[in-house]
Amino acid sequence: MGIVACTRCTKAWPLGTQVCGRCGHALVSRDRMSLQRVWAFWVLGVICYVPANIYPMLKTQTLFQVDESTIIGGAVELATHGNLGIAAIILFASVVIPLGKFWAVAFLALSVQQPTGRGRHQRQVLYEIVEYIGRWSMIDIFVVAILSSLVQLNTLASIHPGTAAMFFALSVIFTMLAAQAFDSRMIWDVQAKTKPTGDRGSET
Amino acid sequence: MNDLAPDTSLPLAELIVCPQCDAAYHLKVPAHGERAICQRCGKVLIAPRRNAGLRIIAVSLAVVFLITGAAVFPFLTIDAAGNKNAVSVIDAALAFVGGPMILLSLTTAALIIVVPLARMLLTIYVLVPLVLDRPPARHAVKAFRLSEALRPWSMAEIFVIGCAIALVKVADLATVGFGPAFWMFGILVVLVIAQDNFMCKWSVWNALERPRRS
Repeated sequence: MGIVACTRCTKAWPLGTQVCGRCGHALVSRDRMSLQRVWAFWVLGVICYVPANIYPMLKTQTLFQVDESTIIGGAVELATHGNLGIAAIILFASVVIPLGKFWAVAFLALSVQQPTGRGRHQRQVLYEIVEYIGRWSMIDIFVVAILSSLVQLNTLASIHPGTAAMFFALSVIFTMLAAQAFDSRMIWDVQAKTKPTGDRGSET
Repeated sequence: MNDLAPDTSLPLAELIVCPQCDAAYHLKVPAHGERAICQRCGKVLIAPRRNAGLRIIAVSLAVVFLITGAAVFPFLTIDAAGNKNAVSVIDAALAFVGGPMILLSLTTAALIIVVPLARMLLTIYVLVPLVLDRPPARHAVKAFRLSEALRPWSMAEIFVIGCAIALVKVADLATVGFGPAFWMFGILVVLVIAQDNFMCKWSVWNALERPRRS
Protein backbone atom coordinates (compact mmCIF):
# COMPACT_ATOMS: atom_id res chain seq x y z
CA MET A 1 0.00 0.00 0.00
CA GLY A 2 3.03 2.23 0.20
CA ILE A 3 2.44 3.33 3.74
CA VAL A 4 4.41 2.93 6.90
CA ALA A 5 2.66 2.89 10.24
CA CYS A 6 3.67 4.15 13.63
CA THR A 7 3.79 1.24 16.06
CA ARG A 8 3.27 3.57 18.99
CA CYS A 9 0.28 5.71 18.04
CA THR A 10 -1.12 3.71 15.05
CA LYS A 11 -0.97 6.62 12.61
CA ALA A 12 -0.22 5.88 8.95
CA TRP A 13 2.37 7.83 6.95
CA PRO A 14 3.62 7.71 3.33
CA LEU A 15 6.38 5.13 2.86
CA GLY A 16 9.77 6.72 3.51
CA THR A 17 8.66 8.99 6.32
CA GLN A 18 11.35 8.81 9.01
CA VAL A 19 9.65 10.04 12.16
CA CYS A 20 6.01 9.98 13.16
CA GLY A 21 4.65 13.52 13.12
CA ARG A 22 2.16 12.78 15.86
CA CYS A 23 4.19 11.08 18.57
CA GLY A 24 7.78 11.37 17.32
CA HIS A 25 8.40 7.61 17.17
CA ALA A 26 10.94 6.44 14.57
CA LEU A 27 9.13 4.82 11.64
CA VAL A 28 10.41 1.61 10.10
CA SER A 29 8.31 -0.53 7.80
CA ARG A 30 10.07 -3.67 9.01
CA ASP A 31 12.80 -3.40 11.56
CA ARG A 32 15.51 -5.56 9.99
CA MET A 33 17.80 -4.98 12.96
CA SER A 34 15.09 -6.18 15.29
CA LEU A 35 16.17 -9.83 15.28
CA GLN A 36 19.82 -8.95 15.86
CA ARG A 37 18.87 -6.94 18.92
CA VAL A 38 16.59 -9.73 20.11
CA TRP A 39 19.41 -12.27 19.87
CA ALA A 40 21.98 -9.94 21.46
CA PHE A 41 19.79 -9.34 24.53
CA TRP A 42 18.77 -13.00 24.57
CA VAL A 43 22.41 -14.17 24.73
CA LEU A 44 23.19 -11.63 27.47
CA GLY A 45 20.17 -12.83 29.41
CA VAL A 46 21.21 -16.49 29.15
CA ILE A 47 24.82 -15.68 30.11
CA CYS A 48 23.67 -13.80 33.21
CA TYR A 49 21.27 -16.57 34.15
CA VAL A 50 24.12 -19.09 34.62
CA PRO A 51 25.96 -17.31 37.49
CA ALA A 52 22.55 -16.39 38.92
CA ASN A 53 22.04 -20.08 39.62
CA ILE A 54 25.60 -20.95 40.63
CA TYR A 55 26.30 -18.22 43.16
CA PRO A 56 24.33 -17.90 46.40
CA MET A 57 21.28 -15.67 46.35
CA LEU A 58 21.01 -15.28 50.13
CA LYS A 59 23.49 -15.46 52.98
CA THR A 60 21.67 -16.26 56.19
CA GLN A 61 23.59 -15.70 59.41
CA THR A 62 22.10 -17.27 62.52
CA LEU A 63 23.66 -17.64 65.97
CA PHE A 64 26.21 -20.30 65.15
CA GLN A 65 26.19 -20.83 61.44
CA VAL A 66 26.24 -19.09 58.09
CA ASP A 67 24.00 -20.52 55.37
CA GLU A 68 24.44 -19.70 51.73
CA SER A 69 21.59 -20.74 49.52
CA THR A 70 21.20 -20.60 45.77
CA ILE A 71 17.83 -20.03 44.10
CA ILE A 72 17.04 -23.70 43.72
CA GLY A 73 18.66 -24.60 47.04
CA GLY A 74 16.49 -22.06 48.83
CA ALA A 75 13.33 -23.39 47.25
CA VAL A 76 14.26 -26.97 48.15
CA GLU A 77 14.92 -25.88 51.73
CA LEU A 78 11.51 -24.21 51.90
CA ALA A 79 9.89 -27.36 50.56
CA THR A 80 11.57 -29.53 53.20
CA HIS A 81 10.26 -27.16 55.86
CA GLY A 82 6.76 -27.78 54.59
CA ASN A 83 6.20 -24.54 52.66
CA LEU A 84 5.41 -26.34 49.43
CA GLY A 85 3.26 -23.53 48.04
CA ILE A 86 5.90 -20.84 48.46
CA ALA A 87 8.62 -23.15 47.17
CA ALA A 88 6.48 -23.73 44.10
CA ILE A 89 5.96 -19.98 43.56
CA ILE A 90 9.69 -19.30 43.85
CA LEU A 91 10.63 -22.19 41.56
CA PHE A 92 8.00 -21.03 39.10
CA ALA A 93 9.05 -17.36 39.15
CA SER A 94 12.82 -17.92 39.17
CA VAL A 95 13.29 -21.09 37.14
CA VAL A 96 10.25 -21.99 35.06
CA ILE A 97 9.42 -18.46 33.86
CA PRO A 98 13.01 -17.46 32.92
CA LEU A 99 13.67 -20.76 31.13
CA GLY A 100 10.26 -20.57 29.48
CA LYS A 101 11.00 -17.04 28.34
CA PHE A 102 14.36 -18.02 26.86
CA TRP A 103 12.65 -20.80 24.96
CA ALA A 104 9.72 -18.62 23.84
CA VAL A 105 11.84 -15.70 22.60
CA ALA A 106 14.19 -18.06 20.75
CA PHE A 107 11.23 -19.90 19.25
CA LEU A 108 9.57 -16.66 18.07
CA ALA A 109 12.81 -15.31 16.60
CA LEU A 110 13.52 -18.59 14.79
CA SER A 111 9.95 -18.92 13.58
CA VAL A 112 10.04 -15.60 11.74
CA GLN A 113 13.42 -16.47 10.18
CA GLN A 114 12.03 -19.64 8.63
CA PRO A 115 8.69 -18.66 7.15
CA THR A 116 5.77 -20.80 8.11
CA GLY A 117 2.36 -19.21 8.02
CA ARG A 118 1.06 -21.59 10.63
CA GLY A 119 0.11 -20.81 14.19
CA ARG A 120 0.27 -17.04 13.83
CA HIS A 121 -2.39 -16.46 16.43
CA GLN A 122 -0.76 -18.87 18.86
CA ARG A 123 2.61 -17.15 18.34
CA GLN A 124 1.04 -13.73 18.86
CA VAL A 125 -0.50 -14.98 22.09
CA LEU A 126 2.86 -16.47 23.10
CA TYR A 127 4.52 -13.11 22.46
CA GLU A 128 1.95 -11.29 24.55
CA ILE A 129 2.41 -13.78 27.39
CA VAL A 130 6.21 -13.35 27.25
CA GLU A 131 5.87 -9.56 27.32
CA TYR A 132 3.42 -9.64 30.18
CA ILE A 133 4.97 -12.27 32.40
CA GLY A 134 8.63 -11.31 32.06
CA ARG A 135 8.44 -8.59 34.69
CA TRP A 136 7.22 -11.07 37.29
CA SER A 137 10.62 -12.76 37.45
CA MET A 138 11.78 -9.67 39.29
CA ILE A 139 9.85 -10.96 42.31
CA ASP A 140 12.84 -12.94 43.57
CA ILE A 141 15.01 -9.83 43.62
CA PHE A 142 12.37 -7.99 45.63
CA VAL A 143 12.11 -10.89 48.09
CA VAL A 144 15.89 -10.78 48.58
CA ALA A 145 15.76 -7.01 49.07
CA ILE A 146 12.93 -7.25 51.59
CA LEU A 147 14.55 -10.08 53.52
CA SER A 148 17.97 -8.48 53.72
CA SER A 149 16.57 -5.21 55.01
CA LEU A 150 14.04 -6.82 57.32
CA VAL A 151 16.10 -9.57 58.91
CA GLN A 152 18.77 -7.52 60.64
CA LEU A 153 18.41 -8.74 64.21
CA ASN A 154 21.90 -8.05 65.53
CA THR A 155 23.57 -11.35 66.43
CA LEU A 156 20.42 -13.43 66.39
CA ALA A 157 19.93 -13.59 62.68
CA SER A 158 20.75 -11.52 59.64
CA ILE A 159 20.31 -12.00 55.92
CA HIS A 160 22.51 -10.51 53.22
CA PRO A 161 22.09 -10.56 49.46
CA GLY A 162 24.45 -12.78 47.47
CA THR A 163 26.20 -12.24 44.16
CA ALA A 164 23.50 -14.14 42.31
CA ALA A 165 20.95 -11.38 43.00
CA MET A 166 22.73 -8.97 40.69
CA PHE A 167 23.12 -11.50 37.87
CA PHE A 168 19.52 -12.56 38.23
CA ALA A 169 18.29 -8.97 37.99
CA LEU A 170 20.46 -8.40 34.92
CA SER A 171 19.16 -11.58 33.33
CA VAL A 172 15.54 -10.50 33.86
CA ILE A 173 16.22 -7.02 32.48
CA PHE A 174 18.03 -8.34 29.39
CA THR A 175 15.25 -10.81 28.67
CA MET A 176 12.67 -8.05 28.98
CA LEU A 177 14.68 -5.96 26.52
CA ALA A 178 14.91 -8.94 24.16
CA ALA A 179 11.14 -9.34 24.20
CA GLN A 180 10.65 -5.61 23.62
CA ALA A 181 13.08 -5.61 20.69
CA PHE A 182 11.03 -8.24 18.90
CA ASP A 183 8.92 -6.72 16.12
CA SER A 184 5.67 -8.66 16.38
CA ARG A 185 4.64 -7.51 12.91
CA MET A 186 7.10 -10.08 11.53
CA ILE A 187 4.87 -12.90 12.78
CA TRP A 188 2.22 -11.65 10.39
CA ASP A 189 4.58 -10.88 7.50
CA VAL A 190 5.24 -14.55 6.98
CA GLN A 191 1.69 -14.89 5.73
CA ALA A 192 2.25 -12.17 3.14
CA LYS A 193 5.47 -13.85 1.97
CA THR A 194 3.84 -17.22 1.42
CA LYS A 195 1.09 -15.59 -0.62
CA PRO A 196 2.97 -13.99 -3.54
CA THR A 197 -0.04 -11.86 -4.48
CA GLY A 198 -0.21 -10.42 -0.97
CA ASP A 199 0.75 -6.83 -0.39
CA ARG A 200 3.99 -6.82 1.59
CA GLY A 201 4.19 -3.22 2.73
CA SER A 202 1.05 -3.36 4.72
CA GLU A 203 -1.24 -6.30 4.52
CA THR A 204 -4.91 -5.49 4.56
CA MET B 1 -16.11 -0.76 14.72
CA ASN B 2 -13.57 -0.41 11.98
CA ASP B 3 -14.20 -1.74 8.54
CA LEU B 4 -11.59 -3.41 6.41
CA ALA B 5 -10.41 -0.84 3.91
CA PRO B 6 -9.25 -2.29 0.61
CA ASP B 7 -9.58 1.20 -0.88
CA THR B 8 -6.00 2.46 -0.90
CA SER B 9 -6.91 5.92 -2.16
CA LEU B 10 -8.14 6.94 1.29
CA PRO B 11 -6.29 9.84 2.85
CA LEU B 12 -3.75 8.63 5.39
CA ALA B 13 -5.44 10.54 8.20
CA GLU B 14 -8.42 8.21 7.85
CA LEU B 15 -6.34 5.09 8.34
CA ILE B 16 -5.43 3.31 11.52
CA VAL B 17 -2.79 0.60 11.44
CA CYS B 18 -2.55 -2.13 14.04
CA PRO B 19 0.79 -1.67 15.82
CA GLN B 20 1.01 -5.37 16.49
CA CYS B 21 0.35 -7.00 13.13
CA ASP B 22 0.34 -4.05 10.69
CA ALA B 23 -3.16 -4.57 9.35
CA ALA B 24 -4.65 -1.27 8.10
CA TYR B 25 -8.21 -0.19 8.75
CA HIS B 26 -10.49 2.67 7.86
CA LEU B 27 -10.60 4.84 10.97
CA LYS B 28 -13.98 5.12 12.62
CA VAL B 29 -13.96 6.22 16.23
CA PRO B 30 -16.14 3.94 18.37
CA ALA B 31 -18.68 5.35 20.82
CA HIS B 32 -17.98 5.53 24.56
CA GLY B 33 -17.78 2.08 26.05
CA GLU B 34 -17.25 0.43 22.66
CA ARG B 35 -13.96 -0.98 21.51
CA ALA B 36 -12.26 -1.15 18.13
CA ILE B 37 -10.38 -4.44 17.86
CA CYS B 38 -7.98 -5.59 15.15
CA GLN B 39 -9.76 -8.33 13.23
CA ARG B 40 -6.55 -10.16 12.44
CA CYS B 41 -4.67 -10.34 15.72
CA GLY B 42 -7.26 -9.21 18.26
CA LYS B 43 -5.36 -6.18 19.58
CA VAL B 44 -7.57 -3.48 21.11
CA LEU B 45 -6.95 -0.40 18.98
CA ILE B 46 -9.32 2.20 20.43
CA ALA B 47 -11.34 1.94 23.64
CA PRO B 48 -12.73 5.31 24.69
CA ARG B 49 -14.54 5.63 28.03
CA ARG B 50 -16.80 8.42 29.20
CA ASN B 51 -14.92 10.89 31.43
CA ALA B 52 -11.85 8.67 31.15
CA GLY B 53 -9.51 11.65 31.42
CA LEU B 54 -10.99 12.91 34.67
CA ARG B 55 -11.04 9.46 36.20
CA ILE B 56 -7.44 8.78 35.23
CA ILE B 57 -6.32 12.08 36.74
CA ALA B 58 -8.18 11.31 39.97
CA VAL B 59 -6.68 7.83 40.19
CA SER B 60 -3.21 9.13 39.36
CA LEU B 61 -3.38 11.71 42.12
CA ALA B 62 -4.45 9.03 44.60
CA VAL B 63 -1.57 6.83 43.49
CA VAL B 64 0.96 9.65 43.90
CA PHE B 65 -0.10 10.13 47.53
CA LEU B 66 -0.14 6.39 48.17
CA ILE B 67 3.34 5.87 46.75
CA THR B 68 4.73 8.72 48.83
CA GLY B 69 3.13 7.31 51.96
CA ALA B 70 4.05 3.73 51.14
CA ALA B 71 7.67 4.70 50.65
CA VAL B 72 8.00 6.33 54.06
CA PHE B 73 5.93 4.15 56.42
CA PRO B 74 7.13 0.64 57.35
CA PHE B 75 5.49 -2.15 55.39
CA LEU B 76 6.80 -5.11 57.38
CA THR B 77 7.71 -5.43 61.03
CA ILE B 78 9.70 -8.24 62.57
CA ASP B 79 10.00 -9.35 66.17
CA ALA B 80 12.24 -12.16 67.37
CA ALA B 81 13.20 -12.61 71.00
CA GLY B 82 12.99 -8.90 71.76
CA ASN B 83 14.86 -7.80 68.64
CA LYS B 84 12.51 -5.60 66.66
CA ASN B 85 12.88 -4.17 63.20
CA ALA B 86 10.52 -2.28 60.93
CA VAL B 87 11.39 -1.55 57.34
CA SER B 88 10.03 0.85 54.80
CA VAL B 89 10.21 0.47 51.05
CA ILE B 90 13.18 2.81 51.01
CA ASP B 91 15.00 0.53 53.46
CA ALA B 92 14.24 -2.47 51.27
CA ALA B 93 15.45 -0.72 48.15
CA LEU B 94 18.67 0.25 49.87
CA ALA B 95 19.29 -3.29 51.16
CA PHE B 96 21.95 -3.86 48.54
CA VAL B 97 24.10 -0.88 49.50
CA GLY B 98 27.78 -1.66 49.54
CA GLY B 99 30.10 -2.56 46.68
CA PRO B 100 28.74 -3.16 43.18
CA MET B 101 25.41 -4.07 44.75
CA ILE B 102 24.63 -0.36 44.93
CA LEU B 103 23.50 -0.62 41.30
CA LEU B 104 20.96 -3.21 42.34
CA SER B 105 19.78 -0.86 45.10
CA LEU B 106 19.21 1.95 42.66
CA THR B 107 17.46 -0.37 40.20
CA THR B 108 15.16 -1.69 42.90
CA ALA B 109 14.32 1.80 44.15
CA ALA B 110 13.63 2.91 40.59
CA LEU B 111 11.36 -0.04 39.78
CA ILE B 112 9.30 0.18 42.96
CA ILE B 113 9.06 3.92 43.64
CA VAL B 114 10.58 6.22 41.03
CA VAL B 115 9.12 4.70 37.86
CA PRO B 116 5.53 4.30 39.12
CA LEU B 117 5.65 7.81 40.58
CA ALA B 118 7.09 9.29 37.39
CA ARG B 119 4.44 7.59 35.26
CA MET B 120 1.63 9.03 37.36
CA LEU B 121 3.07 12.55 37.37
CA LEU B 122 3.62 12.44 33.59
CA THR B 123 0.06 11.19 33.07
CA ILE B 124 -1.34 14.04 35.15
CA TYR B 125 0.84 16.54 33.30
CA VAL B 126 -0.38 15.32 29.91
CA LEU B 127 -4.05 14.84 30.71
CA VAL B 128 -4.95 17.91 32.79
CA PRO B 129 -4.79 20.40 29.88
CA LEU B 130 -6.63 17.96 27.61
CA VAL B 131 -9.47 17.48 30.08
CA LEU B 132 -9.75 21.25 30.56
CA ASP B 133 -9.97 21.71 26.76
CA ARG B 134 -6.79 23.76 26.79
CA PRO B 135 -3.94 23.37 24.31
CA PRO B 136 -1.59 20.53 25.34
CA ALA B 137 1.10 21.32 27.86
CA ARG B 138 4.59 22.02 26.61
CA HIS B 139 6.45 18.82 25.68
CA ALA B 140 3.24 16.87 26.34
CA VAL B 141 4.08 14.53 23.46
CA LYS B 142 7.50 13.74 24.93
CA ALA B 143 5.97 13.30 28.38
CA PHE B 144 3.38 10.83 27.15
CA ARG B 145 6.01 8.93 25.17
CA LEU B 146 8.19 8.60 28.26
CA SER B 147 5.22 7.50 30.32
CA GLU B 148 4.40 4.76 27.81
CA ALA B 149 8.04 3.65 27.58
CA LEU B 150 8.17 3.30 31.36
CA ARG B 151 5.05 1.14 31.52
CA PRO B 152 6.76 -2.30 31.65
CA TRP B 153 9.29 -1.05 34.22
CA SER B 154 6.70 -0.05 36.79
CA MET B 155 6.77 -2.97 39.21
CA ALA B 156 4.91 -1.90 42.35
CA GLU B 157 2.43 -4.76 42.08
CA ILE B 158 5.20 -7.34 41.86
CA PHE B 159 6.72 -5.89 45.02
CA VAL B 160 3.48 -6.53 46.92
CA ILE B 161 3.55 -10.24 46.07
CA GLY B 162 7.25 -10.23 47.00
CA CYS B 163 6.27 -8.93 50.45
CA ALA B 164 3.90 -11.83 50.97
CA ILE B 165 6.56 -14.36 49.98
CA ALA B 166 9.19 -12.75 52.23
CA LEU B 167 6.68 -12.88 55.06
CA VAL B 168 6.22 -16.63 54.75
CA LYS B 169 9.96 -17.19 54.33
CA VAL B 170 10.83 -15.70 57.71
CA ALA B 171 7.64 -16.72 59.49
CA ASP B 172 9.33 -19.58 61.34
CA LEU B 173 12.35 -17.44 62.20
CA ALA B 174 10.45 -14.58 63.83
CA THR B 175 7.07 -12.96 64.25
CA VAL B 176 6.36 -10.85 61.20
CA GLY B 177 3.54 -8.40 60.68
CA PHE B 178 2.30 -6.04 57.98
CA GLY B 179 2.85 -2.31 58.49
CA PRO B 180 0.56 0.45 57.16
CA ALA B 181 2.57 0.80 53.95
CA PHE B 182 1.74 -2.76 52.93
CA TRP B 183 -1.98 -1.95 52.78
CA MET B 184 -1.24 1.28 50.93
CA PHE B 185 0.67 -0.73 48.37
CA GLY B 186 -2.23 -3.16 48.11
CA ILE B 187 -4.69 -0.36 47.27
CA LEU B 188 -2.15 1.16 44.91
CA VAL B 189 -1.98 -2.03 42.85
CA VAL B 190 -5.75 -2.05 42.35
CA LEU B 191 -5.73 1.64 41.37
CA VAL B 192 -2.92 1.16 38.84
CA ILE B 193 -4.85 -1.65 37.18
CA ALA B 194 -7.99 0.51 37.09
CA GLN B 195 -6.03 3.34 35.53
CA ASP B 196 -4.62 1.09 32.81
CA ASN B 197 -8.16 0.02 32.09
CA PHE B 198 -9.41 3.58 31.53
CA MET B 199 -6.42 4.68 29.50
CA CYS B 200 -6.96 4.69 25.74
CA LYS B 201 -3.63 5.56 24.16
CA TRP B 202 -5.08 6.31 20.77
CA SER B 203 -7.51 8.88 22.20
CA VAL B 204 -4.64 10.64 23.98
CA TRP B 205 -2.45 10.76 20.87
CA ASN B 206 -5.40 11.98 18.86
CA ALA B 207 -6.21 14.71 21.39
CA LEU B 208 -2.56 15.77 21.52
CA GLU B 209 -2.45 16.10 17.76
CA ARG B 210 -5.70 17.91 17.07
CA PRO B 211 -4.97 21.41 18.39
CA ARG B 212 -1.77 21.58 16.37
CA ARG B 213 -3.61 21.20 13.11
CA SER B 214 -5.92 24.14 13.68
